[in-house]
Amino acid sequence: MKRSAGDGELRGNRAEGLLRLPWEVAMRALEYPMRGVQRLIGQGRMPYVFVLPNLLIFGTFVVVPLFINFYYSVTGGTALFPEDRPFVGADQYGYLLDCENHLSPFTCREDRFWRGVYNTIFFVTFQVVAMVGLSLLTAVILNRRIVARGFFRSVFFYPVLLSPVVVALIWKWILQRDGVLNAVITAFGGDRVLFLAEPQWAMFWIIFVSTWAHMGFYTLILLAGLQSIPADLYEAAEMDGTSRWRTFRRITMPLLWPTMLVVLVLALIKSVQTFDEVFVLTGGGPGTATQLIVHYIYETAFATQVHNFGLAAAASILLGTVLFILTMIQMRLGSRGERR
Amino acid sequence: MNRTLAFLTRRRGGRGWHPTDILSYAYLMLGVLMMFGPVVWLLMSSFKTQAGLVEFPPSFLPYSQEQVMVEGYKDPLPLFEVTLPDGSKKPMAQVRRIGIVSQMVDPKQPDQTIRVKFEDRTPIRSLAFAWENYVTPLKQFNFMSYLWNSIVVTTVATFITLVVNSMAAFGLSKYEFKGRTSILIFIIGTLMIPITVIMVPVYLVATQLGMVNSLWGVILPGAATPTGVFLLRQYMLTIPDELIDAARMDNASEWQIYWRLIVPLSLPAIAVLAIFSIMWRWNDFLWPLIILTRNEVYTLQVGLNAFQGELQVQWHFVLAMTVVTLLPITLVFAFLQKFITTGIASTGMK
Repeated sequence: MKRSAGDGELRGNRAEGLLRLPWEVAMRALEYPMRGVQRLIGQGRMPYVFVLPNLLIFGTFVVVPLFINFYYSVTGGTALFPEDRPFVGADQYGYLLDCENHLSPFTCREDRFWRGVYNTIFFVTFQVVAMVGLSLLTAVILNRRIVARGFFRSVFFYPVLLSPVVVALIWKWILQRDGVLNAVITAFGGDRVLFLAEPQWAMFWIIFVSTWAHMGFYTLILLAGLQSIPADLYEAAEMDGTSRWRTFRRITMPLLWPTMLVVLVLALIKSVQTFDEVFVLTGGGPGTATQLIVHYIYETAFATQVHNFGLAAAASILLGTVLFILTMIQMRLGSRGERR
Repeated sequence: MNRTLAFLTRRRGGRGWHPTDILSYAYLMLGVLMMFGPVVWLLMSSFKTQAGLVEFPPSFLPYSQEQVMVEGYKDPLPLFEVTLPDGSKKPMAQVRRIGIVSQMVDPKQPDQTIRVKFEDRTPIRSLAFAWENYVTPLKQFNFMSYLWNSIVVTTVATFITLVVNSMAAFGLSKYEFKGRTSILIFIIGTLMIPITVIMVPVYLVATQLGMVNSLWGVILPGAATPTGVFLLRQYMLTIPDELIDAARMDNASEWQIYWRLIVPLSLPAIAVLAIFSIMWRWNDFLWPLIILTRNEVYTLQVGLNAFQGELQVQWHFVLAMTVVTLLPITLVFAFLQKFITTGIASTGMK
């Protein structure tokens, strides 16, 4: 079983060596007490012991917070501890959603929230389309008879592994006033552009950079989807003299569609939650031109002078609702894909 | 030559070239440039001196102006090539510059200075790698401790994640017990709740537990990854139960079955999770940003962000430290890229 996965596997084992010693020591030390526990509660109850640590961490850091989040969202004030917070009912939600005209954020009481919402909608729309489009194109090209396919696949995948801070700094350096991009522009006789100081350019670049950083991941999934399409279908099409475009439309696309849908929703879920790269690259600026919804929640709760935890919690529950709906759609699609 | 060309242009399947082939390779080449270019540019820039970095237009390789020590002057002087009035050229050091006129000195005759117009001199430059960009921040700023914190967080968190998740996966895959289905549904449920949605209350919990500004506050909240439990459980389900029964016959305790039998057999899946965990932890940003507010506990990512956000961006240090930050992940990728890409393609997670 261990030797089946090829040479990557063998190298993987060497990396594990670093973890092996503490592991052996800890496991051996636990052997005796665990035997005692088993004698005490009986063999049938041992699975609870195995599941317990995981559930404890889940419970403490996911489930309990989930309930506290609801509590925060219906209480006001700036106190962190729930017992110090006065109950305000649905006021926080009312405050967030109160607008004279929902289509123009400036008429809203909490205009930063709405600007965040509209920025996010704009960002998500273009980023997901660009990312899925480019990933599909790249995957289709990589699926052709290409020399050094593994190399090219890795090239597109490499940025996925980089940290968002690194990604943002790489591009900040390129896009700055005296950066290499402006050097190219001036070499062709253009004027320098302050890419991150102009609202439209800043929005363009956060879409560009996040696409750059993540498209390799979706390319990989789509490529796996493409490679699972039986080759004899293509052979049959070729024998019939079907054109390449028609083959793509009639064979590739329909069979890739389930994977496409999963990728689409997955990209959507990730895109709605974008924060890190944008935070480092533009800081939400200029002004609030690139402030996305997660950034709004972070600022409201942690970065402003007055920590408005209630408002942030209410906003995060609204965000969570959207994500929940998207995830349900994804699971539906996922299970349908499996049934085929 | 012809045969080489024929070899290079030969294609699998033996079909001829199609225009789309050329387009494909053009696209892939553009991809190499787009994906690697920025990183290579970062690497090259990180070796430039402060003076080299503000140069516009920038050069690709890290050049820096040569300097000479001249007798009678305390500091090294920048070296220029000067075009003298008679048309000959001569390397000279600049003493000072007043407006468009420079006062220059010949290093061989340190007592004579001449005045040279600004446009008659060009700097003499040579390739030089400014290693001090790397050394100084590690020594003078807190980067050494950021680096250490990141290493601690990544290794400890990965260790805890592997132990806790494999235990849970074992319990959930190899036993029938009351509440198993509800626990599974419960874990599926937590899959849907990203940290972005619950960061306010998690901060409260961490505060109550005294974990603010401690590395444990970074390590523990993400240790029980639902994706990890699932990945390992799917794998453990394929291990035959007969092995476990045989071990029980030999009087092995359940704990021994777990760590001496199940874990070694699940190593391929555990290795995938280990690599993911290392990646997640090393690159983690939003949660450490919230929970760590004191400089000395910053991880590399948070420290780097704080450093670049300070008023005077010291790009020569920022770029070098960015390279240090991306280096471990790049090395992991270089050695394990096939393993990682197949792991992601088969699990669909990142």
